[in-house]
Amino acid sequence: MSQHDQDAHSHGSVSSYVVGFVLSVILTVIPFWAVMTSAFDRATLFAVIVVTAVVQIIVHLKYFLHLNFTKEGKIDTLSFIFTAIVIVMVVGLSIWIIYESVLMMMY
Amino acid sequence: MSTSATAHHDAHHDEHHDTGRNTTLGFWIYLMTDCILFSCFFATYAVLFMNTAGGVSGKDIFDLDLIAGGTAALLLSSITFGFAMISAYKQNKGGVLFWLAVTFLFGATFIAIELYEFNHLIHAGHGPSASAFLTAFFSLVGLHGLHVTAGLLWITVMFIDVAKRGLPDRTVTRLGCLSLFWHFLDVIWICVFSFVYLMGAM
Amino acid sequence: MNLLGKLSWDAIPYDPIVLGTLAVVAVGGAALFVFMTLAKKWGWLWREWLTSVDHKRLGIMYIILAFVMLIRGFADAIMMRTQLAVATNGSEGYLPPHHYDQIFTAHGVIMIIFMAMPFMIGLMNIILPLQIGARDVAFPFLNNLSFWLAVSGALLVNISLGLGEFAMTGWVAYPPLSGLEFSPGVGVDYYIWALQISGIGTTLTGVNFLVTVLKMRAPGMKLMDMPIFTWTCTWANVLIVASFPILTAALAMLTLDRYLDFHFFTNDAGGNSMMYINLFWAWGHPEVYILVLPAFGIFSEIVSTFTGKRLFGYKSMVYASGAISILGFIVWLHHFFTMGSSASVNAFFGIMTMIIAIPTGVKLFNWLFTMYKGRIRLEVPMLWTIGFIILFSIGGMTGVLLAVPGADYVLHNSLFLIAHFHNTIIAGAVFGYLAGFTFWFPKAMGFHLDPKYGKISFWCWSVGFLLAFMPLYVLGFLGMTRRLNHTDNPDWNIWLYIAAVGAFVIAIGIAAQFVQLFLGFKNKDKNLDKTGDPWNGHTLEWSLASPPQFYNFAKIPHVEDIDAFTDMKEKGTAYQRHASYEPIHMPSNTNAGPIMGLLATALGFALIWHIWWLAGASFIGLIVAFICRAYASNTDYYVQPDEVARIENEHLDNVAKG
Repeated sequence: MSQHDQDAHSHGSVSSYVVGFVLSVILTVIPFWAVMTSAFDRATLFAVIVVTAVVQIIVHLKYFLHLNFTKEGKIDTLSFIFTAIVIVMVVGLSIWIIYESVLMMMY
Repeated sequence: MSTSATAHHDAHHDEHHDTGRNTTLGFWIYLMTDCILFSCFFATYAVLFMNTAGGVSGKDIFDLDLIAGGTAALLLSSITFGFAMISAYKQNKGGVLFWLAVTFLFGATFIAIELYEFNHLIHAGHGPSASAFLTAFFSLVGLHGLHVTAGLLWITVMFIDVAKRGLPDRTVTRLGCLSLFWHFLDVIWICVFSFVYLMGAM
Repeated sequence: MNLLGKLSWDAIPYDPIVLGTLAVVAVGGAALFVFMTLAKKWGWLWREWLTSVDHKRLGIMYIILAFVMLIRGFADAIMMRTQLAVATNGSEGYLPPHHYDQIFTAHGVIMIIFMAMPFMIGLMNIILPLQIGARDVAFPFLNNLSFWLAVSGALLVNISLGLGEFAMTGWVAYPPLSGLEFSPGVGVDYYIWALQISGIGTTLTGVNFLVTVLKMRAPGMKLMDMPIFTWTCTWANVLIVASFPILTAALAMLTLDRYLDFHFFTNDAGGNSMMYINLFWAWGHPEVYILVLPAFGIFSEIVSTFTGKRLFGYKSMVYASGAISILGFIVWLHHFFTMGSSASVNAFFGIMTMIIAIPTGVKLFNWLFTMYKGRIRLEVPMLWTIGFIILFSIGGMTGVLLAVPGADYVLHNSLFLIAHFHNTIIAGAVFGYLAGFTFWFPKAMGFHLDPKYGKISFWCWSVGFLLAFMPLYVLGFLGMTRRLNHTDNPDWNIWLYIAAVGAFVIAIGIAAQFVQLFLGFKNKDKNLDKTGDPWNGHTLEWSLASPPQFYNFAKIPHVEDIDAFTDMKEKGTAYQRHASYEPIHMPSNTNAGPIMGLLATALGFALIWHIWWLAGASFIGLIVAFICRAYASNTDYYVQPDEVARIENEHLDNVAKG
């Protein structure tokens, strides 16, 4: 009935936290380095930032927030995916709506 | 843990009305609402960031060295909180208290850096009232900062709770919620430094 | 520094209508106070009701709040309709614009946020845990707190009547009109804090009921075995959790603009007021589905109960509700087609809007097919349902008309729109709540409402609705725009008169609601529901006594069918007498909810009037109260088996007699 009989997997071990930490350090350093040294042209920089951000979010979800697809953890993962879809719809459509209206006003 | 069926049968063995699993799920769903709250501020920032009203833009004011420092503090606080949780599951009270204190220090460092940055900007005449860009910037970053501050308050409360009452199930459940909160703020911060600072300074 | 902020004697509006209302409220309040004191009921009220964490009592209190606010909101409606009927041919009428604008704003805010929402949440509170075989919600204290936050918001709206003013912006409060430059008074601040505080309460309700449904179902009840009302409420809760934070964000930004000179939505410094409109409706559109989906669930329960059949197409009903919920998140721009975004944007949102008509149509056919060859009993709840099916279809079809961007450019902001959304919200949501109210009243209270006045109420509402709103469709086509204070077009007059008559017929319908309540209480002993199953119901709530025992289920039932109680009755396992019971674990009542609600009211009031010391004090008080409650240890107790056995046997004896 309590936390004790949960397996270590669902709330992480020292090694999984360290793996997550090392990965997120790498994924943080890459975009910072790229922007601070202007290593690439704008389009590539943009892509690097987006890709590392998305990958790092997934790393955090897996290693720190312990999202998984086990019977017990599935509902948390599904609710996160649902939220992500809502966010994509609300943010994406909002930006589309406002940018198009700004274009119509030509300012 | 249990399915809903056993949760009912076991209810009277349990010390508390809402089982730990209910609390954690409820807190997670609350975090999802918080996620959507942040996403609105991100959307607004995306809409307003070019509207500098003739004033400074992100490229002029973002100090990436400072942000890298803040990011490092927050990342370190993440793994130290992870160690606090591992200690909690092992019922190691001293370990929990030590790692909570370390996490608090890193979190406080992050807030100190943010306050320094805000103070610096406001004194240079780039306060939130100067333009729609600065309004959106201060609100988005400030909202994250407010959350971290709330997290610091919560860490303090949990520190006192663990010190006084040790680590019964209920306390471990609460530490678990705090852990979700703290790591969730990291995820938000990844979006902030990527989409606000790095893209702004590009 | 002024200790009272902007508050002074000038804040009291010297208007005969307002002062008259205040006098009535003061006399009524004083009478109630004296009565309660003489009857020595204050302690009882506090211990048994205000601090209660019992979902059934919270539900009843929500519905009382909804009825009180219905009176307030409907008084606004009557004033508007009479003003418009009087103020024709160049006459100014009796309501000056300053007052009239506050009335239409308050009417919208109150009816949506403080009438429909509490009504819906109240019904959900009473019924949902019973339908899934749970003893309470997942977080009983949070449930109590949500209620008090809703009351807190309602209180702020009502305080604005006597102190200061309410917003004059319409219920949507678009900037820049609602910004400090064009609305320097406290009206918009009342609006902001009333919505913000009650909105946070609603978000907590959504979280609470989602966990309840996911984690506290009776053993054997899979998700696809949940009663349809529970399902539609669950979709509504998903929408609450996903959309109310957007309202919180939009209001927070407006607050920063007004209080700290930020520039989200201002005309100068690069602000973009369209972003507010966008965010407001990204919440506002899901909000209308939050209101109507539970009503659809109520109709489904009633149709299957009063035809004596299983609901036709249960699964398609669940999926249709899901489709409506998801689509509800990608149609919001149809509220502002005329903002002037590009043709592709308008086309996308127009098409998405039309697609929503499909799952809604699926539902309508399901109800019709359920009735087909059924043995229909025309009780009051069934009347509301049939009225809904006919009237709501009209509103749905005018909605598809408005979904065409080209047509919307002509019809937007006209009375055609007003007629459309009243058609869907009254004939959809409100009819549903009133149907659910008569349907579940015996369950919640233990006796029936007076059926004769129930029928009178239904007919007055339906006829009054047609009289009040069909003319508005015509007026919309004739070019009359909304929010007009007075008109000068002879062609419009006759329709305005008819609409005013309609409003008074609805007033009779509302009065009949109160008469049926009064007669119900008066003839209580004759109309007792002793079996707990007055309508031959299908779902678990009917397996309990009326009103249900405070612990709901003495033994948690094992569920094997969607219509769980029908299944038990057929198998002969209903009304079982158990030899022994186990102790039942229950949450204790708590003072923390009402105290935090009071502190939230004080916080909102202080922020509205810029009383900074009070704002700081009540904010700190809120945090301290929350931490104290969270770390309190004495929050529960056990009901002993002999007491459970006594209560259960008493009920089963009643059933045997009945």
